[in-house]
Amino acid sequence: MSAVQRPVLNKKQVEMNYLLHEAPREKHFITGAQAMSEAVKRANVDMAIAYPITPQSEVMHLVGDVFAQGHIKEYYRAEEELGTMSAIAGASRAGVRLFTATSGPGLIRGLEAIASWPGHRVPAVLGILTRVINAPLSIQPDNIEMAYMMHCGAVMLHAENQQDTFDFTLAAFAIAEKVDVYIPVAVATEGFFVTHAKGYVDMMSEDLVYKEFDPVASPVPAMDNETPPARIQRDAPVQKSNFMSYLIHSVWQQEIWDSNSRAMKYIYEYLGGPIEVQNPEADVFVVASGCAAAQAREAWRYAQEEGLSVGLIKVKAIRPFPKDEIREAAKNAKALIVPEHNIIGWLSKEIQATIPNGGIVVEGPRVYGGMTLPVELIMVELYDALGIEHNIKL
Amino acid sequence: MSLAYITPSERFKKYLPKDYVELIDFGPFGKTQEEAGPGNMGQFKELMEEHPMCSGCWMAYYIRLIFAALPCPEETVTIGTAGCGRLAISQAAVPFIYGNYGDQNAMASGLTRAFRLRFPDKTKDVLTIAGDGGTMDIGFSMTMHSWIRGERFTTIMLDNEVYGNTGGQSSGMSPKGAVLKMAPMGKDFEKMPATDLAKAAGCVYIVRMSPTNIKQAAKVIRRAIFVAREVGPTFIHAYTSCNIEYSIPTEDVFADAIELGKGRFKFDEYMTDEAKIVIERVEGEEKVARKARKAAKVAAAEAVN
Repeated sequence: MSAVQRPVLNKKQVEMNYLLHEAPREKHFITGAQAMSEAVKRANVDMAIAYPITPQSEVMHLVGDVFAQGHIKEYYRAEEELGTMSAIAGASRAGVRLFTATSGPGLIRGLEAIASWPGHRVPAVLGILTRVINAPLSIQPDNIEMAYMMHCGAVMLHAENQQDTFDFTLAAFAIAEKVDVYIPVAVATEGFFVTHAKGYVDMMSEDLVYKEFDPVASPVPAMDNETPPARIQRDAPVQKSNFMSYLIHSVWQQEIWDSNSRAMKYIYEYLGGPIEVQNPEADVFVVASGCAAAQAREAWRYAQEEGLSVGLIKVKAIRPFPKDEIREAAKNAKALIVPEHNIIGWLSKEIQATIPNGGIVVEGPRVYGGMTLPVELIMVELYDALGIEHNIKL
Repeated sequence: MSLAYITPSERFKKYLPKDYVELIDFGPFGKTQEEAGPGNMGQFKELMEEHPMCSGCWMAYYIRLIFAALPCPEETVTIGTAGCGRLAISQAAVPFIYGNYGDQNAMASGLTRAFRLRFPDKTKDVLTIAGDGGTMDIGFSMTMHSWIRGERFTTIMLDNEVYGNTGGQSSGMSPKGAVLKMAPMGKDFEKMPATDLAKAAGCVYIVRMSPTNIKQAAKVIRRAIFVAREVGPTFIHAYTSCNIEYSIPTEDVFADAIELGKGRFKFDEYMTDEAKIVIERVEGEEKVARKARKAAKVAAAEAVN
């Protein structure tokens, strides 16, 4: 029993389109962590499970407050990330809406469970507040962990700033629960740079809330002994023969990746598409996601002031990866500059594999280990790509 | 709705597999223990009949017994992990969740909390049934923390003292000195004190046993479930030998179970005062109901005469 009585709130349930596109909004000046928890507050989450790790802790503290205020029905601190992510998978079988978040090493620790969420058809929302993966030890922002997430089947969105973090997190719940998707959605943003820094966020009233989760409408029935069809199949076919095992696993995984692709239309519906393009006629583009997109935007602004033929492609969806959209946006480009906050350059590799002329991709600039990404680093690449002499000293 | 949702409408029955229809008509759903309990296993349509376990597998017997002893199979969900047990548990006619390695008690924590949130006025029984490796080695942290948090569900450890399914490797529950794979010189540390750990972690009902006495074993399973519904975490540590890896001839499996029941699996039952109150109340109610049914049966027979 809790020592504190949680208030019973009476909120108006609305559709996600109304919430995101029509509900009146007010401007707030808040951190990225606050933005994520404010989205959770309006998402009608049934249950959130927390485990601390810097820089994610802030988000799950705030979600704890949101629980105490009565916006969430159940919340607890689990033993560690594998326990957290497994409990999410367990709770999901009971037919409830779920949220948790983690960072870098925590994501890796929970990854065995997370990687099986899509296969288990767990429509949870996972916040990823990016951080270095050891060693050497560091708690700084670096989005290397996203590379490990990219191949498990989950939908992945990458937020540029506090506003994106709010909107993407809210939309994530609707996308995850669509009958033709029904897999987890991860919303990533950079630790510290976004989570601990304040930005302007336009938010709708907290009296509005996304309509409640309907387990009966789920394409994968809850295992609650209530929701048909009855799950008392006694003849587990996967174990009957190797052939059946191969077959079932392969078609199941194909379906997960098809579900992932089908999420694209909802990314258009709720977030206006998987990419944002500025100056589509440009010769050279800066292509970036997350916090790097904020710096790319600044570089694009510099370039505009100097009258350079430079465009911006911000990648909002990492999974499903917007192949057609990037091919189309880059079809006349002479060079694509891909700044990133990690050492391996997962985004530039994806883009190289996506476009027919991967040679035009400039792999970088990259910063990692928590370093900031000065706009000058991007400018140097832009000048080089355009064949312009410069005297930027780095 | 749980009993209703597994029961097909009369007109739909002919389209369903015969096995399913028979299970509903003659299985333990909605039945009493006298009608379909472990005491007369083999005489009713069981929740688990076929299984892929080895000949003479004592674990397969105990798993059948667990399902026959369930107080309310139509409201029960089981969770397991990798291991031999899972092969049989997943073939029972009760929803079974297989997650990842050793995560059954973390899954059950989320599941039971979400059940209580959605169905505050109903009883949903959740059991984790896993082997010694899944419960005490790879799943140790999640097992212990579910108990420390006081999560209300039942944990059953099928202890065969070895990793049977992966080919006979030594586990934390293997006895000291046992020569097994990955302990080629003999295991050099003691068998983990599972029931002591459970007690320290706050389990409110704990039993260690070699389940050779069917009635006693069934009573323990039911007690563990009744107590978990109301009080807190419960734990059954049951010996379910691996006759393959320990080279126990099939005809000696029962004798081995009797033997160990006198030794390191000597029957030991612990309950808190709170648990005891629940057990006495529920068993008292059951006794009254049993007597009433008997009296009704006698009265009905007399009416016919």
